[in-house]
Amino acid sequence: MKNLIVAPAPHAHSGDSVRKNMLLVIVALLPAYLVSVLMFGWGALITALISIVACMGAEWLIAKFVLKEQPTIGDCSALLTGLLLAFNLPSNLPWWIVVIGAVVAIGVGKMSFGGLGQNPFNPALVGRVFLLISFPVQMTTWPRPLGFSGAYVDAETGATPLYYLKQVTKHSDLAAMEKLPQLWDAFIGMMGGSLGEVCALALLVGGLFLICARVITWHIPVSILATMAVFALLTTPEGVCPWNYTALTLLTGGAMLGAFFMATDYVTSPMVGWGKIIFGVGIGLIVMVIRTWGAYPEGMSFAILIMNATVPLLNKIRPKRFGEKKK
Amino acid sequence: MNLILISLLVLGITGLVAAILLYLIAQKFKVEEDPRIDQVQDVLPGANCGGCGFAGCRALAEACVKADTLDDLLCPVGGAPTMEKVGAILGLAAVASDPKVAVVRCNGTCEARPRTSEYNGARSCQIMNSLYVGETACPFGCLGCGDCVAACQFGALSMDEKTGLPVVDEEKCTSCGKCVKACPRNIIELRKKGPKGRRMVVECVNKDKGAIARKACLNACIGCGKCQKECAFEAITIENNVAYIDFEKCRLCRKCETACPTGAIHAVNFPPRKPAEPKATTEEQPKKEEAQA
Amino acid sequence: MNTFHIGGVHPNDNKRYSAHQPIIECPLPQKAIVPLAQHIGAPAQPVVEKGQKVKVGDLLAKAGGFVSANVHSPVSGTVTKIDTTTDAWGMKMPAVFIDVEGDEWAEGIDRTPEIIRSCEIDPKEIIDRIAAAGVVGLGGACFPTQVKLLPPPGKKAEVLIVNGVECEPYLTCDHQLMLEHGEEIMIGIQLLMRALGIQRAIIGIEKNKPDAIAHMQELASRTLGVEVKALKMKYPQGGEKQLIDACIGRQVPSGALPIEVGAVVDNVATIYAVYEAVQKHKPLVSRVMTITGKSVQKPGNYMVRFGTPLSEVVELAGGVPEDTGKIIGGGPMMGRAMNNIDMPAHKRTSGLLFLPEAESRRIEPENCIRCGKCVSACPMGLEPYLLSKQAELQMWEDMEKHDVMDCIDCGCCLFTCPSHRPLLDYIRMGKGKVGGIIRARQAAAQKK
Repeated sequence: MKNLIVAPAPHAHSGDSVRKNMLLVIVALLPAYLVSVLMFGWGALITALISIVACMGAEWLIAKFVLKEQPTIGDCSALLTGLLLAFNLPSNLPWWIVVIGAVVAIGVGKMSFGGLGQNPFNPALVGRVFLLISFPVQMTTWPRPLGFSGAYVDAETGATPLYYLKQVTKHSDLAAMEKLPQLWDAFIGMMGGSLGEVCALALLVGGLFLICARVITWHIPVSILATMAVFALLTTPEGVCPWNYTALTLLTGGAMLGAFFMATDYVTSPMVGWGKIIFGVGIGLIVMVIRTWGAYPEGMSFAILIMNATVPLLNKIRPKRFGEKKK
Repeated sequence: MNLILISLLVLGITGLVAAILLYLIAQKFKVEEDPRIDQVQDVLPGANCGGCGFAGCRALAEACVKADTLDDLLCPVGGAPTMEKVGAILGLAAVASDPKVAVVRCNGTCEARPRTSEYNGARSCQIMNSLYVGETACPFGCLGCGDCVAACQFGALSMDEKTGLPVVDEEKCTSCGKCVKACPRNIIELRKKGPKGRRMVVECVNKDKGAIARKACLNACIGCGKCQKECAFEAITIENNVAYIDFEKCRLCRKCETACPTGAIHAVNFPPRKPAEPKATTEEQPKKEEAQA
Repeated sequence: MNTFHIGGVHPNDNKRYSAHQPIIECPLPQKAIVPLAQHIGAPAQPVVEKGQKVKVGDLLAKAGGFVSANVHSPVSGTVTKIDTTTDAWGMKMPAVFIDVEGDEWAEGIDRTPEIIRSCEIDPKEIIDRIAAAGVVGLGGACFPTQVKLLPPPGKKAEVLIVNGVECEPYLTCDHQLMLEHGEEIMIGIQLLMRALGIQRAIIGIEKNKPDAIAHMQELASRTLGVEVKALKMKYPQGGEKQLIDACIGRQVPSGALPIEVGAVVDNVATIYAVYEAVQKHKPLVSRVMTITGKSVQKPGNYMVRFGTPLSEVVELAGGVPEDTGKIIGGGPMMGRAMNNIDMPAHKRTSGLLFLPEAESRRIEPENCIRCGKCVSACPMGLEPYLLSKQAELQMWEDMEKHDVMDCIDCGCCLFTCPSHRPLLDYIRMGKGKVGGIIRARQAAAQKK
């Protein structure tokens, strides 16, 4: 008889893998990506492609030649980082800026901490915020959604709804309310913005798919969106319909993308239910503070990065134990 | 001009006041500490390995300063030279002790010890030992997952791919004893290095009866007692079917090595045997006696 | 539908191979090897000598302490030696070797198929008979049954919970036993209720065994105080603490025994053994084993006398399949992979599972991605990712603070980990270390 294989129990596995989780998230992002290709044309295709290739290339090169270990791009996490980074960029961003963003995301945000699972901050957001600070003009010039005819760099540009929303809240400029998109347009994505964040509908579909596929839990998205909604209801400027204002708050900018896809990143979010809820509430509050009083019109990236830093602390919250005595 | 003067004055006074305050505070909270502790710590290797039995080099230094004799204190890493330096600082006599080295008492190479199963769990000897006899039929021998290699802070241990056994780099080994603790099968022993590093070792700890041990491993000590009969110095004892060589009594004659039918006894660091065997052994003896004198 | 409240996973149950296969009696071996430690606790002390003739049911070894169990001869013949034998993991265990001659049973054992329904016996007598027959928990842990029936002073049992869950994938022996011997089990339940002085019993069965639920429900409707609870499928529902939670909604506190919440849990196979011991005076000398696996020719449930080498039992099921890479004693979640099948069957061997080589190897571990799936899968509410890291770094005190001793070894964490990390391997090792530290501390405290 052949030598038998021995190992401690259990001898069965759920079949889950890192790669499978990453691929499911990518699948969930596809509807939003399709919409953005339809809205922004070639720009969306090219930006995403450059970002993905640059992220995977950076990871492979760093693992191979700097860390001198077997590259693990097969787990698709770099692919996902690349796609998420692209989702956070305007579709007309020059290609070399995209490459810089990808290298910073992977190099600084991920590999410098030791690769997958070790990074305290969401790599895609590290890349995005780096670009936002370094290239503020290019990063805040958003093309108008014109359908697939749009060219890559020379697209017609305009301000995003968040800019007008800021006019309303910060400068009490009620006339700006008129320039905001209709609710339905905002819902299906007929507005300016980063390439992946515009279509709330597609992102919602993808997010619900992730929750149903048990890749993520409801805690983080629900707590972020609920906090933002409550905050918006309470701080609606006078003379504006609070429901309309709240709905626009949730549908514009990076709210949906951040809540479902960025904040729920495994590595940089807490593990236990209550920790996740505190994490989500924290993000919601910080976003609204930045949106309402801050200098930037949008604060999702900053909010998530700030709360990422609290994750080690939030992980100290222990799950409910079996047979724990009620106090 | 005025501005410069004022700034200089303000900064100067701030600095002065801060300095005085710091001095006063330092005086008030000063901890009286024997300055010799620092001196002793300086001569210690600073590896903080814990081989001496204390939490680190500083703890050993404190213990040395407090102690009346250095009899029970030894830095295994620095060995006798270091302890002499410590003794010189403290005005105490350092005990001369022979340098030791970690010895792996298993020679069950892949060839000699056939695999009976394939272990597929976490690569840790501790875990394997708690559940299984190991990948071979020998319940005493090396498991080959390298817990000792992981435990060594000095890079003195490595796994030999060919034999599947750990190898000790005697240059790097400081005999701190971490590997001895890490090995769940207790096959690593700290033995005295011996003159020129030469020593005789029974590289097996299999307590099974001869036939069973032999079945599990061709190189196992089968407790036959041939070496014991051969030894003219009563250096070899056999207990639980395993031979053990007493370092103090052994005269390095190498007769046991040739007597051993399974090759479990190894002569370490000897030059290759010359054709005329008896001569070689007689040459060794006076040297050994010199070393002991 | 009821189930336990924290964690759990849903492994593929794979019971189709051997489910509904009638229990087949396994022929007697030529030479039987009867291990002396077939239970948790002190090994039994042999009372026979070399050369002595024994009959089936004769006492071979006496319980070696309060938590220990008698061992009886499963065969008739001559004792050839009392020595050690190698178990399936390569370790030594003491055993009595018997050359089998015929099949002669000791006097007083009722071997007729007739069911004895009357249970008007003194409760103390019931417990004594169970102890004398060497009955142990046949669900896996092999804890001596009589010990459970004697609650510590100040504690009172309220309900008997019968474990018919069989949540472990592949195994079907308890299922088949309920179908074929439901009536005996029901009498056994009444006997245990009498011994404990309680009026209520709940049989927990997972809903993947609808026929067993229907059968037991029908029998229970005719028995006072016994009810059947169909439970939602979730592993590890058969764990003692999880089953109590699922059946009566009470959670046993950390470190306490089920009696703390008034429950006594016994497996259906154990209860069948109780029936045989009390009503038929038959000691525990055989059990039902499931031999199963994808490539096994005749997977099924076999009644095996203890001492029969497993290799002979396997021959009944068509031999070891060609493609076998791993043989597991028990189910895939908690069973232990064996490195040989020469070991004799004993009270603990609930089944043999043959996994094809392609399914036998673990996937190489990757970095932890901190997904927290192990945390949500852990039925005890622990943090496996943290405990395993602490064990790797030998932080025993921290492991104790994070309640590693609550771990029930169920394997949910490793089952669910997308990075295939050997979480439980390390936690189990750490649990052993921490347990040792705690015992040493208690011993030191007692000395003072």
